[in-house]
Amino acid sequence: MMYMNTKKRDSSTSINTHIRIPVICDTDTVQALILKDAVRMVDVRKLDEYLQSHIRSAVSLPLSQILEKDPSGIIDILKNLGITDTMPVVIYDDTFGALAARVAWTFQYVGHPNTALLEMTFSQWKSMGLETESKNNTFPKTEHTLLINHEIQADASYVDLAKEQENKFLIDTRERLNFLTEHIPNAKNMPYTMLRSDTNILRKPEEIRRLIENRGMSIDSEFITYCGSAGTLSGLAYYALKLAGIKNVKLYSKSFRDWKMLGKSKEEFKEANYWDLSAD
Amino acid sequence: MNNNVAPDSKHDNNLFTRSHIKWGKKEETDNFAQKVKLFRRRSISEDGFRRFRLQHGAYGSRLQMGYSMIRIKIPSGEITPDQLEKIAGLSEAFSIGSAHVSTRQNIQLHWVQLEDVSEVMRGLVDVGLTTREACGNTVRNVMCSHFAGVCAKEEFDPTPYSKAIAQFFLRNPVCQNLPRKFKINFSCCADHGLVRIADIGLVPMINDNGVKGFRIYLGGGLGAASFLGHLLEDFTFEDRLLPTCLATIRLFDRHGNRENMARNRMRYFVNETGWDTFQRMVIKERSIVEMTIASSTLELFRVHLENEQKEMSKAHRYLKLPVLDTQNTLSEGPYERWVHTNVVSQKQEGYFTAFVTLGAGDITANQLRVLSGAIREFSIEGTARNTPQQNFAIRYINGKDLYNFYTRIETAGLTNPGALTIASAVGCTGTTSCNLAITNSHRLAKEIEYKFLELQHDIDDDLRDSTIKISGCPNSCGQHEIATIGFFGGASRIENSMAPTYTMLFSGNTGEHGELGKTIMRVPAKRVIDILRKIIEIYKHERSGTETLRQWIYRIVNEAGTGSVKGIDDMKVLLSPVAQLDPIEQDPESYKDYGSDIRFSAKTARGECAA
Repeated sequence: MMYMNTKKRDSSTSINTHIRIPVICDTDTVQALILKDAVRMVDVRKLDEYLQSHIRSAVSLPLSQILEKDPSGIIDILKNLGITDTMPVVIYDDTFGALAARVAWTFQYVGHPNTALLEMTFSQWKSMGLETESKNNTFPKTEHTLLINHEIQADASYVDLAKEQENKFLIDTRERLNFLTEHIPNAKNMPYTMLRSDTNILRKPEEIRRLIENRGMSIDSEFITYCGSAGTLSGLAYYALKLAGIKNVKLYSKSFRDWKMLGKSKEEFKEANYWDLSAD
Repeated sequence: MNNNVAPDSKHDNNLFTRSHIKWGKKEETDNFAQKVKLFRRRSISEDGFRRFRLQHGAYGSRLQMGYSMIRIKIPSGEITPDQLEKIAGLSEAFSIGSAHVSTRQNIQLHWVQLEDVSEVMRGLVDVGLTTREACGNTVRNVMCSHFAGVCAKEEFDPTPYSKAIAQFFLRNPVCQNLPRKFKINFSCCADHGLVRIADIGLVPMINDNGVKGFRIYLGGGLGAASFLGHLLEDFTFEDRLLPTCLATIRLFDRHGNRENMARNRMRYFVNETGWDTFQRMVIKERSIVEMTIASSTLELFRVHLENEQKEMSKAHRYLKLPVLDTQNTLSEGPYERWVHTNVVSQKQEGYFTAFVTLGAGDITANQLRVLSGAIREFSIEGTARNTPQQNFAIRYINGKDLYNFYTRIETAGLTNPGALTIASAVGCTGTTSCNLAITNSHRLAKEIEYKFLELQHDIDDDLRDSTIKISGCPNSCGQHEIATIGFFGGASRIENSMAPTYTMLFSGNTGEHGELGKTIMRVPAKRVIDILRKIIEIYKHERSGTETLRQWIYRIVNEAGTGSVKGIDDMKVLLSPVAQLDPIEQDPESYKDYGSDIRFSAKTARGECAA
């Protein structure tokens, strides 16, 4: 079960016995955890948006603050936000989950596996009339261990080898026209737009599984996601694949911009004027 | 409340209780997903899979067989806001974030990965749509004039008949493997609709005894060789509509050419057999159909009930819009210009049909959503129709709501003027996605539209009834042969270099008295806009009295010019200098097609129309 339903859970869970939260956290679970003070909510929107209104008890961590940091810098952030090694962390944004996903992946990468995405955006949370506040939350500084999880990260040289290997799939999560124009050889295109639903940042696990299986890929394979540059869209896809039950997923966090800067080979398609179909 | 205006739209929805037919079937989507897997595992042959895929409305994309163009049938062009919103979501999830209105009232999604086609179909089924038999050797989308039901010149609304015919033939075993595709078009009156360029074209009429029926045209169609349809008989009674269509399809199924792919449309059979003989064959076959038809089949064709429901229950007083009949709108604002070029009054007093101008039929997902909201709020019919001019027609807008409708769709950039004018150029898919295309007709149509709007040709009423239509190859998806000025794409060698060029045709016309365009000359792609401007310049100089561009071109084509331009030869002499290309070294841009930064070469792959 990737989704958790609080109604079925033992209500005696206390702040001292931290629960292990699923990849995507539903609103019922989040609300229950907030009530018990048993979660650190992290808002990755811009600071002024946070100061206007945010989910109760949330702290502010705009995405820009983590992108250039090395792992020990990220650990410092976790400490400053009052996050301990085992505390559940739930992250949200207002950018269909892509910014939240990038931050969540970063936390997991430096050694905080107990991290999840809120199932919806802040706008959706608000439109459902769920609780918000505007006070700037701070928490006492904590200790946090640095423990890099190399299993979930890929760099260009890893991707270069993986793209030729069977049972490893490279997933390009950019939109179709960008993919058609150029991509890493052998990559498969799963635009981030196909992973979301009308109400949630991600579709149901069985739907994502169907999209993968339709492409002839086994969920027992290894998957590496990438996007244009910052690892945000591919971060969201990373969580989509985790939600679908895939064990071995890696994020090529520097993505296609890095690949191009290194001058690595690309597949291009110039035999059609597909950009002229766009009505934008 | 002002008594001079039509009733408030929000309280008048009960006038339209038309039931929406569920065209799609869930099991077909599962089946499609399964077949793709079998094909990928090489468990079914490529040819077998291609036939199956086309039968279910998915074409191979240009030189990339792993992608599909999904053609969504919109029977009679009638589409609901829910359906438009679903298409918006599907285009974002699985296509390119835009949808495309075709010249046969389909809506197409391009560059969908073959593995995702079943997902798109699944979404379409949720809102009652289908792609079934949108391609392949089947009865394609049944078209109906977008003015049907609101046209002042129509004798009755053919829409229920159009839908009934579509319903009867969809998945009907009789037309699952025809020699070639088969097209049925309904018009509302003699002028609107494409009745003479279809295999079966139908014009509704009421005879002297007050009985409903149709004038039926058979054997028309555009393509490498085009023919206009022939009138079967003076009047075909309403209850013979289905037997006549069925008889025609049965004859085509039996006698159509299955050997030669290039000559297997019914129009070739009609032409080779001779119209008189074919006419007798249809009449005879119809008798057989009528004598042997099952009573259950007859039941399928009772459309009268819905027909009566749709009648307006009360008359509305006329609300006159000040700008509709004025000639000069230059000094007016954008809203007045839009009303002048995009809005027509309906036969129902107080109601108007507004057209949404699209560039060569393209519309973004966000625009579709805004449009859906506007339809819900402002059209009392609550649906849209897409048009062969690649626009949307939103009907039954109360006169007092028109400005609000305008401001609503303006938020999504949907208030370009010119929909009903020469500026709304038609362009097929061309090299943006089609295997057969030689040139980028799609982009050229958009370029012409931008340029003509910039030049304000849309408010020049002398140009208003002229049309420009462009195909990227001779196969006529852009319907270039029924345009006042038509173009189809090709390649020309100039010295040692290839350049994208178009063959220009003059004086084609739609409707019951339609005519096919006459070939004039070849024009390089990058000279088409210059040529059009030159034609307009010559016309302004040469025309007599108040004749329009269309009327003048008709006269020139018939060698009846009265000024210095007597006929086509004089015209060519004046246009030829504009069509000249310098060598590639001096003008490299003219040797690239629109939308391309590399030198032009004519690349095509196997077409799938005939598969």
